[in-house]
Amino acid sequence: MTRIGVVTEQPPETRVAATPATVKQLISLGYEVAVEAGAGAASAFPDEAYRDAGAAIVGTAAEALASNLVLKVNAPTDAEIAELAPGTTIVGLLAPAFNPELLERLAERGVTALAMDAVPRISRAQSMDVLSSMANIAGYRAVVEAAHEFGRFFTGQVTAAGKVPPAKVLVAGAGVAGLAAIGAASSLGAIVRATDPRPEVADQVRSIGGEYLKVEVEVEQSTDGYAKATSEAYDRRAAEIYSEQAADVDLIITTALIPGRPAPKLITAADVASMKSGSVIVDMAAGMGGNVDGSVAGEKIVTPNGVTILGYTDLASRLPTQASQLYGTNVVNLVKLLTPGKDGELELDFDDIVQRSVTVARDGAVTWPPPPVQVSAAPAAAASGRSSATDAATAPEPKKPMSPVKKVVLVAVGIAALFAVNAIAPPPLPQHFTVLVLSVVVGFYVIGKVAHALHTPLMSVTNAISGIIVVGAMVQITSDVLVVQILAGIAVLLASINIFGGFAVTRRMLAMFAAGRTGADRG
Amino acid sequence: MAETTSLLTPASVAGAAYIVAALLFIMSLAGLSKHETAKAGVSYGIAGMTIALVATVYATFADAWGTPTVTTGLTLLVIAVIVGAAIGLWRARVVAMTGMPELIALLHSFVGLAAVLVGWNGALEETGMSGALLDIHHAEVFIGVFIGAVTFTGSIVAFLKLSARMKSAPLMLPGKNVLNLGALIAFVVLTVWYVITPELWLLVVVTALALALGWHLVASIGGGDMPVVISMLNSYSGWAAAAAGFLLNNDLLIVTGALVGSSGAYLSYIMCKAMNRSFISVIAGGFGIAAPTSSGEAEGEAREINIEDAAELLRDASSVIITPGYGMAVAQAQYPVAELTSRLRERGVRVRFGIHPVAGRLPGHMNVLLAEAKVPYDIVEEMDEINDDFPETTVVLVIGANDTVNPAAAEDPGSPIAGMPVLKVWEAKNVVVFKRSMASGYAGVANPLFTRDNAQMLFGDAKQRVEDLLRVL
Repeated sequence: MTRIGVVTEQPPETRVAATPATVKQLISLGYEVAVEAGAGAASAFPDEAYRDAGAAIVGTAAEALASNLVLKVNAPTDAEIAELAPGTTIVGLLAPAFNPELLERLAERGVTALAMDAVPRISRAQSMDVLSSMANIAGYRAVVEAAHEFGRFFTGQVTAAGKVPPAKVLVAGAGVAGLAAIGAASSLGAIVRATDPRPEVADQVRSIGGEYLKVEVEVEQSTDGYAKATSEAYDRRAAEIYSEQAADVDLIITTALIPGRPAPKLITAADVASMKSGSVIVDMAAGMGGNVDGSVAGEKIVTPNGVTILGYTDLASRLPTQASQLYGTNVVNLVKLLTPGKDGELELDFDDIVQRSVTVARDGAVTWPPPPVQVSAAPAAAASGRSSATDAATAPEPKKPMSPVKKVVLVAVGIAALFAVNAIAPPPLPQHFTVLVLSVVVGFYVIGKVAHALHTPLMSVTNAISGIIVVGAMVQITSDVLVVQILAGIAVLLASINIFGGFAVTRRMLAMFAAGRTGADRG
Repeated sequence: MAETTSLLTPASVAGAAYIVAALLFIMSLAGLSKHETAKAGVSYGIAGMTIALVATVYATFADAWGTPTVTTGLTLLVIAVIVGAAIGLWRARVVAMTGMPELIALLHSFVGLAAVLVGWNGALEETGMSGALLDIHHAEVFIGVFIGAVTFTGSIVAFLKLSARMKSAPLMLPGKNVLNLGALIAFVVLTVWYVITPELWLLVVVTALALALGWHLVASIGGGDMPVVISMLNSYSGWAAAAAGFLLNNDLLIVTGALVGSSGAYLSYIMCKAMNRSFISVIAGGFGIAAPTSSGEAEGEAREINIEDAAELLRDASSVIITPGYGMAVAQAQYPVAELTSRLRERGVRVRFGIHPVAGRLPGHMNVLLAEAKVPYDIVEEMDEINDDFPETTVVLVIGANDTVNPAAAEDPGSPIAGMPVLKVWEAKNVVVFKRSMASGYAGVANPLFTRDNAQMLFGDAKQRVEDLLRVL
């Protein structure tokens, strides 16, 4: 039977990769689970709870690591890697883009490594998207940390002792973390403003009580659910907004991250200097270089003008119980995907886009980065934290696209053949071919954007139109040969059924559509 | 058009009319792509057709006026058009919307047969051509007859399958790919032969060959792929018309045929992509698909449930999943369904929708309908998201879906739809199926779900039934 091992994370990490609740789920998938003693202690999950859930408690990390599947939160240390047997599968936050050496070491060891933070942003994989689940927690915690440092109320009050103005909060970046921060801050009573390069998030910001500050510059639509590095004009305008806001607000929470790149600098030293004494900045991107000038990863800094800059990188770990539970559930969902038979047999299917994407090392080779995934993150996305990737119609499993060379060759052959035929064919033919080719192209484009519901009517109308063959039969009906005349007559009859029937039935259908749409027609 | 000057010959008038007609056809197709313009599109099509026909009749008879064959021709023409129109209009009026695909398939076969007849006429008639032109003419006859005949039998088979007069399971002849390929090679050889020595028996042979090929092509495609087949045959019928255009030196036929041909091919491609099928394999007649044949007749008896009991079930439910299908669209039941959803949610019942990727006629069809009825988007989930949740679900309402919830796909390897991903509704505690009758779905596969112990049928029009439920709740 396949065994899953859960180890204690190295301090200061307080999370754990499986909780008693997720252990139960893992067992129901047919696995045996071994948890290192004390693994859940920092997250307030005692060993007994694991035992009650059906896990075996083992004394040392080495015993837990000697499993077929090892669940971790953070990347394994060198010592841990050394304990892993070749063929073991390890799951964790591996940050493959920043840890090429780690991937090398894992590959060398013969370990299959699955990076939870490499789950693609498609709707099917949402349940495994640990970046989102952790960002949600971190965003909330960022507000709590800020409130802790901030010497005032968030909410405005009028009391007998005088009026207290509400705090003003600026949240930079309305991703999952940003939205969580907006929600938390506004529910504490603060005035919350938010910025984000993607105008489509404006509604989401509003829906949880924030005010969206729009940067009035043309911006590229994101195609993969993440924000893109933006143009210069945009950056200039955005910088102005940040400067204006910095002088006005009391708290700034920055969440801007661009996958695979250092975090963008949003708040300059001058902006920080312009802030009121006692203001607080939480730089959630501090671990990736920071959005704020002067922030230090993992540290609390107080500037000469009395502004506190928090660069904590362990915000999610500061809510360890919840964070472990959500992380553990993400892991369970991945394991579910890897266990199609629910029989405790781990199967890695490289044709599955999710499984391919998370796998960063396998069979001694580094398999990162995966082939790109395109997601239709809709501009029309509706309001909720996760909906920058709502994508109702996402993720068609990408077929291997034809290689461009092959395509060009095929097209070239086609054109050459057409050319050859036309070059040697006698008079009426080239003209006919011209007409044919142009019509084919027109036919292709003219229905390119057919509305879904109209599929059937379109088909029946083209059917009626193809009754045009009647023209051919009519021409022949005056022939000298009686047989030809009769055959032509039959052809006319058949084609007429087609023409009249086709048009009539299309009209009938469309009338039904219209009837069904009255009063509810939104185009 | 009656007053002709010397410049206006019948041929030039017809040519001018043909350009107008061709443009109208293009506008017709373009119009049919959008709801707002769909009706105008049909009108354009009718106008184009009228112009084309009037011009053709005028040109043909103006040329042949005075010859002895005119009377016979004219009589035949009038009778044929009147009879054809009568039949066509009658069929169009009485056909049920669910019978639509069959009707369209049948109509395609008419175009195919007409193309064959036109091709034969081309061979029987004296052309007065010689040399290379005559050779080309012969080749054109062959190509026209071939495409027409394939369309004809292909459509007939599609019609038979759709109307359940023929088993919808794919026909699996040994070496069917070789058969198809062999037929194509034989066609090329025969064409060359005919060009060299034009003898009538060769034409007979090629017609028979094409008829057989068309039959085999469609017979080897399973019922589940029928929507694609229809649209593919639509395309073929267009190409048949275009081939006739080459034969008769008629640009209108070429333009129109090519329009229909390419748009039909594109539609098939869209559908294939949505069903995650390979376009080539569908169009080439189940090429490379190895589906075993066994039609699982559903055994046992379906239980019927009445409105009160169904309402009772819903009232006591803690979690409900609704899986809609094309039937909901046909019955326009999305509004009452949305109402039902909000009513249940008010009662604290967890309601969600499970949408199969090919539910309805097209991908996303259900989402559009539900969105139109203002069902909150966050309770509308994809198959992959919801499929593991059925065991914890109290009631599943299957509204107008059939093949997408068929357990045979998952459990019976002999089923024609085996391997198709389906919503595992049968794992829920109770399943209520809204359905008009016990008939099978589009794939023509019996659905053992209906006879499961935990499934009950609620017969009748989906909209009516849901409204009844609302009244009781």
